[in-house]
Amino acid sequence: MSAQMLRVTEIEALSPLVKRFRFEHPRGEKLPLFSGGAHVVVEMSDGDALRRNAYSLISDPQDGSGYEIAVRREDGGRGGSRFMHACVRQGDMLRISTPLNLFSLDMRARKHVLIAGGIGITPIIAQMQQLLRMQGRFEIHYAARSRREAAGLRLLPSLPHIHAHISDEGKRMDLGAILDRQPIGTHVYTCGPEGLITAVAQCAERLGWPCGSLHSEVFLAPPPGRAFEVTLAKTGQRVSVSPHQSLLEALEEAQVDMDWSCRGGACGRCETEVVSCHGRIEHNDHWLSEDERSSQTKIMPCVSRFRGKELILNR
Amino acid sequence: MTIQFNDETFRDDYSYHNSAEAIRRFPFPFDKDDYMYAVNMEPHAGGREGSPFENRFDVDEHYVAEMRDREITLNEDPLRCQSLPHMELAGWDLLELIMVSKSEDYPELFSLHRDGDRWHWINRPLGIDHKFTFLDPTTLPYGPMEYITRQAQGDFAVLDQREGNLWMEAGMVTSQADWSLDFDIGMNFFEWHAPVPKAHEMGIFQRALKFLLAIQQDSPSRRLNWTMTVNPRLDTSPENYHKWGPEKRTLTPENVGEKQYLRVELQTFFRLPRSNGLAFPIRCYLISLQDLVTVPKWGRRLHRVIRDLPDELADYKGFAVNRQLIIDYLAQFDDGKPTSPGIFPDE
Ligand code: FES
Repeated sequence: MSAQMLRVTEIEALSPLVKRFRFEHPRGEKLPLFSGGAHVVVEMSDGDALRRNAYSLISDPQDGSGYEIAVRREDGGRGGSRFMHACVRQGDMLRISTPLNLFSLDMRARKHVLIAGGIGITPIIAQMQQLLRMQGRFEIHYAARSRREAAGLRLLPSLPHIHAHISDEGKRMDLGAILDRQPIGTHVYTCGPEGLITAVAQCAERLGWPCGSLHSEVFLAPPPGRAFEVTLAKTGQRVSVSPHQSLLEALEEAQVDMDWSCRGGACGRCETEVVSCHGRIEHNDHWLSEDERSSQTKIMPCVSRFRGKELILNR
Repeated sequence: MTIQFNDETFRDDYSYHNSAEAIRRFPFPFDKDDYMYAVNMEPHAGGREGSPFENRFDVDEHYVAEMRDREITLNEDPLRCQSLPHMELAGWDLLELIMVSKSEDYPELFSLHRDGDRWHWINRPLGIDHKFTFLDPTTLPYGPMEYITRQAQGDFAVLDQREGNLWMEAGMVTSQADWSLDFDIGMNFFEWHAPVPKAHEMGIFQRALKFLLAIQQDSPSRRLNWTMTVNPRLDTSPENYHKWGPEKRTLTPENVGEKQYLRVELQTFFRLPRSNGLAFPIRCYLISLQDLVTVPKWGRRLHRVIRDLPDELADYKGFAVNRQLIIDYLAQFDDGKPTSPGIFPDE
């Protein structure tokens, strides 16, 4: 995974819970461009722990002068976002990976409908920039509980094709109404909580949308869970994974050489063979097929966990 | 470094030839004495100095002649270059990648000056000096992909990535080993690989696809592939099979060394930043058996590889009819001695 050290040049509070960070090259060099929907992985050395979190880029994909992300503080999370909020200061240097896109626009679409819930607005902001530049047809629907929480509003221009649905103001998002009146050839992109993505998928199915026109991205955050242990077949080493750590992080800490790129169960890079399994793998990824999951012969260490007696990995 | 460009042809009188230096730097594809399909990818991050792996896009003594041959093929059949409408942005990505790489890697041959979207491109070997506006197709004589691939050796497939698959939806293909862009355009990775024997059972394509989907912007990859061609012809397309197919029957024990060519493809894979597409340049290198055996290690090894190859592969690669002839010729250069690992000549 290639990465470079970038300087934090701006920090701005967008809402009580969300901060925007801007990174630039320390010598002013241009950064690699990207496509709308791409993310970077930010490395944080938080005491003894090395955290790596993926964040969608919200800056203009055509602008190599800097990268921007928006981070929501998750108090119940594993600590990465709390670290970003509490410890990162302007002028700090952080290691930032090259952009990677697992949620890109389908360029064949005649029209793009972008639906975001909460912090799920982040990839959609850069997608919008790309669409504006390419003069694509699009509309954005952004759902939030209150205007105070709708941090993304500060990042969206005021354009007639951008619609905020604020439930506190009695304006809940009506998916049926949004999806029902779209022309043939429209693609829909959803980013936000799992519930929103499922709701869009169900509604689209009811209305007879082809499934190839639906795209979605769930937040890339490994869920915490119960502590567990794994055994490595090649060395016999035992590694314990604490509740707020992912299996990938635990293996890295144990100096096991691991391949990864998204750290969110979507890219497939960290796929690891299971030699033997007495118990149940909690597959949290979006990568393995149903067959692969139920056979319990593979695990994606960046997001998946284990409950049971013994799990032996081919490492 | 200065390159002397050959005056040569890839059809009719076949005056194509490799200089002594071109023979030594030939990308011989076999790192051991036997061959089986493998994904065999490695990072395309430079390589031995002077080798075809050193730069992102290799430019060698055949450059000018290859571009002339491409033009002839395109005049006869414009469908060798196609791009579906949604691939335009990927075409600009490819143009930028090639212009930036060539001007950095061969500053004496190519230059690129950029002032915002106003670009100035100079290609000295082909005598091109052109100012244009990036992302404005009206300022180029062809679409961006066609414009730049008329100035770059090798074929180019430009792939769109969606639904966990890769789709061949743009390309410039005039030096292919018996496949056709016009036939494959719009197909996904599994569809265009459907004819390859054995590899499916081996699960190779699943693994290769997963690997390709994960290729990142600044980490291009590469692999070598190979086949055999009678006469140094770049355009061995199915459309023109009637021209080159019968030439397979012209081999004799007397002329096999001179007329039989090993055809090697250096395949590279680059993630394109703006479109998230994948560029798949396929550069073709040709070497006659008589030139190849001047490197003793290669003569020995190629004999063993061809001799022991499973029949289906010789069939698929289209040289089954001449296999025995080739083996008999190469046998003279195999003294049974062990060969060193790796693809490069000894010493
Ligand atoms: S790192 Fe991408 S799936 Fe695990």
